[in-house]
Amino acid sequence: MRLELRGITKKFGSLTANDHIDLIVEPGQIHCLLGENGAGKSTLMNVLFGLLQADEGEILIDGEPVRLANSGDAVRRGIGMVHQHFMLVPVFSVAENVVLGFEPTRSLDRLDYARARENIRSVSREFGLEVDPDATVESLPIGLQQRVEIIKALSHDAQLLILDEPTAVLTPQEADALMAIMRSLAASGKSILFISHKLKEVRQVSDVITVIRSGRVIGSVPPTASENELAAMMVGREVSLVVQKSAATPREPVLEVRDLVVRDDRGLAVVDGVSLEVHAGEIVALAGVQGNGQTELVEAITGLRHVESGSVVLAGRDITNHSPREILDAGLGHIPEDRQRDGVVLSMSVADNMVLNTPRRAPFARHGTRNLRAVRDHAETLVESFDVRTSSVEAPLSSLSGGNQQKVIVARELSRPLEVLVASQPTRGLDVGSIEYVHREIVRVRDDGHAVLIVSSELDEVMALGDRVAVMFQGRITGIVDPSTSREDVGLLMAGSAPAGTR
Amino acid sequence: MPSARRLWDRYRSASPITIALLALVLGLVVGAVIIIATTPAILNAWRGTFHSWGAPGHALKVTFDNVGAAYRSIFTGSIVDPPQFWHSVTTGRGWTASLTPLSETLTYAVPLVIASIAVGITFQTGLFNIGANGQAILGGIAGVAVATLVHLPMALHLPLTLLAGIAGGVVGGAIPGLLKAYTGAHEVIVTLMFNYVASYFMLFTLLSTPLQLPNQTNAISRTMPGGTQLAPLFGTSSGLRVNYGIVVALAVTLFAIWLLDRSSIGFEFRMTGANPHAARASGINARRTLVISFLISGGLAGLAGVAWVAGTTHYIDQNFLQGSAGIGFTAITVALLGRNRPIGIVWGSLLFAALEVGGSNMQANTGIPYDLATVIQSAIVIFVATPVLVKEIFRLRALRAESVKVATAGWGS
Repeated sequence: MRLELRGITKKFGSLTANDHIDLIVEPGQIHCLLGENGAGKSTLMNVLFGLLQADEGEILIDGEPVRLANSGDAVRRGIGMVHQHFMLVPVFSVAENVVLGFEPTRSLDRLDYARARENIRSVSREFGLEVDPDATVESLPIGLQQRVEIIKALSHDAQLLILDEPTAVLTPQEADALMAIMRSLAASGKSILFISHKLKEVRQVSDVITVIRSGRVIGSVPPTASENELAAMMVGREVSLVVQKSAATPREPVLEVRDLVVRDDRGLAVVDGVSLEVHAGEIVALAGVQGNGQTELVEAITGLRHVESGSVVLAGRDITNHSPREILDAGLGHIPEDRQRDGVVLSMSVADNMVLNTPRRAPFARHGTRNLRAVRDHAETLVESFDVRTSSVEAPLSSLSGGNQQKVIVARELSRPLEVLVASQPTRGLDVGSIEYVHREIVRVRDDGHAVLIVSSELDEVMALGDRVAVMFQGRITGIVDPSTSREDVGLLMAGSAPAGTR
Repeated sequence: MPSARRLWDRYRSASPITIALLALVLGLVVGAVIIIATTPAILNAWRGTFHSWGAPGHALKVTFDNVGAAYRSIFTGSIVDPPQFWHSVTTGRGWTASLTPLSETLTYAVPLVIASIAVGITFQTGLFNIGANGQAILGGIAGVAVATLVHLPMALHLPLTLLAGIAGGVVGGAIPGLLKAYTGAHEVIVTLMFNYVASYFMLFTLLSTPLQLPNQTNAISRTMPGGTQLAPLFGTSSGLRVNYGIVVALAVTLFAIWLLDRSSIGFEFRMTGANPHAARASGINARRTLVISFLISGGLAGLAGVAWVAGTTHYIDQNFLQGSAGIGFTAITVALLGRNRPIGIVWGSLLFAALEVGGSNMQANTGIPYDLATVIQSAIVIFVATPVLVKEIFRLRALRAESVKVATAGWGS
């Protein structure tokens, strides 16, 4: 399919999310849409998939203008979308998920499972996407769940596949497998529109890269363009992609985790005997595919989850199963993984969010009455020194971009007396410019002599930031390696198998 | 005209206040439709249009006369009757009759303000206190008990009576609060059912304890002695019921403004209400917060109950805060109308009290049932709760684009 977008414009109130976007995807082409968060990529895809209506411009499929009033229209026109967050029913089988919404039926409206299975087998055979039609989706690893999404799109005879940040949830190996699938799909004539902000993979797989910034097309370049070139196009200025840091000078251990066992909500031991030491003046980066216990480990350290056995010691003080209040007061700074859920209150002002975990501390309150002037002054100082872009400190936090919301959290945590900083996915969803900034701040915390524990599923980030890299798989630490270790070896540790030469 | 233009822009930008005012307009429109559909005189007039050509004009006139009369009597019954007022101004006589409507509205508004703030505080904490009525009943019982069964000098007796009311409500709020904190029992169920417990407990106290008026078989309490009453603002001889309860309501409003906007605990309430996950991660003890919120809410609801008794009837009987007099239930809608903000709640309470008082006047004057006032109240709340609908009807700037903007300011784009 040849897809052409002409002058697509979409406005939300005074905000122009897409500003006269032109884009052509040729048949059999892997076309990458590269842009920062908030650049308008998702809006454009939603327009293309019929979920939003453009204010101006037209969509042409094989030269013919089409109107896509809803996603059903898009599917009928041969457009398939794989969302970043899968739209699958976890307790249904693969076959059930694939036919959901377009169920083949026999007489009397009975579901025709045989035909559903056959559909999947034929799609699997044709494109080499192996998956058991009878497996329940929740029992499949993330990579296979994504494959189910792709099969689902293909089974509706999609000629153009939209993949929205497909690698965000995958291990490096799974991501490689996905790239191979994308190439084979393209080879069979399918067009692929691939959305990403990861420069490496974009260059690896795309035929053409179109960069958009602030809702406008900045330009289209071949994949031979350098990473620095692409980053500069995305951000609009030169950015440093390498984390600048000197060698670490680790001192005494500050955070000591011993034989920690933590159960998740279902009662499974998702942290299963983890021991880890983080020294003052070093950054320990915890790598691993999401869902291998990192989240629960951090929750246990920060007092948000009950510790079954083992201990957590912070600066010589046992804080195992202490309340979050006590742990925060003991000098733990926390940048939570899901910042909008755990890190901020969106409806409250920037100023209030700056004192979210110190509202009762002097000078912000006295005898139970808040000193709003002190709160405001504090916020103004931090907004200034951390370069938070906001109209005022009284503006609700929801009016800030994701990157600036993260800056508010970073500013807040770093402005308290600190022993150790625990940062989970500190740059998730941030644009290149903000990532650069957050990385610099984290290194600064280390250089100030604090201990830092980073948890990230971005391998690049782990390798760039960590002075030591610990890899977690199925609740255990499978290895602690030097950041100079090859990506392949770390990838193997992330998948649970120990490569030669590591402990 | 630039200023008119600005006014128009302001109208179109749809602040919560604009929405509330437009909801009031729409509520009155709904009321008018119901009056038209249920008043035989209007329906007959329209039926007449089938028989003669001149009738539509007549029918329209009948319609406007009837609807106008209804709304006029709501206004004159709750705020002021202009001719009567003018008569007082020119002759200096009949002031009681001139001021009675406003006095009645304020009298009804007092317990409503207090109870609605009580409910609003739990809403701000992300909790539903559906039991304000029961807590107000407990407050009333406790207040009357201290007033009638204890003998004290007046300077102590009135404050102690009010404190007893608060204490009664605190007990009523503590039970659902503690149950939720320590057993996870849902506060909606517990508080809802506790209204019945409170009502039957009241019957018990009125029939089987020394609280009952001596030598009586009916469920009626002793009368509060003069020193424990909230006296009429303009003296007993004025004939106006408006009383010092107004001072209590004002104090509660100021307290609530401090609590929600300035106090540390109020900040923790709002944090817990807006994002319980972030509150927990920020070191806030969720249990403690929810229990304190319920204690304060219950205490204020209890104060609303005792303020009503001490300011108006001075005794309680089996009808105390029952049925349509259940201010604790009205308080839930008023809190919603006032967006859980103290000042908004004060305006909402005044509006609801006016409709309440004016509705009785309308029934007396026009025969249109008092229940129409309830219908208008309900319609207003529905419209306030659906701002998108109001904006659509009045062609205000689309809310949807706004909410999309908020959503895209976050992740995912």
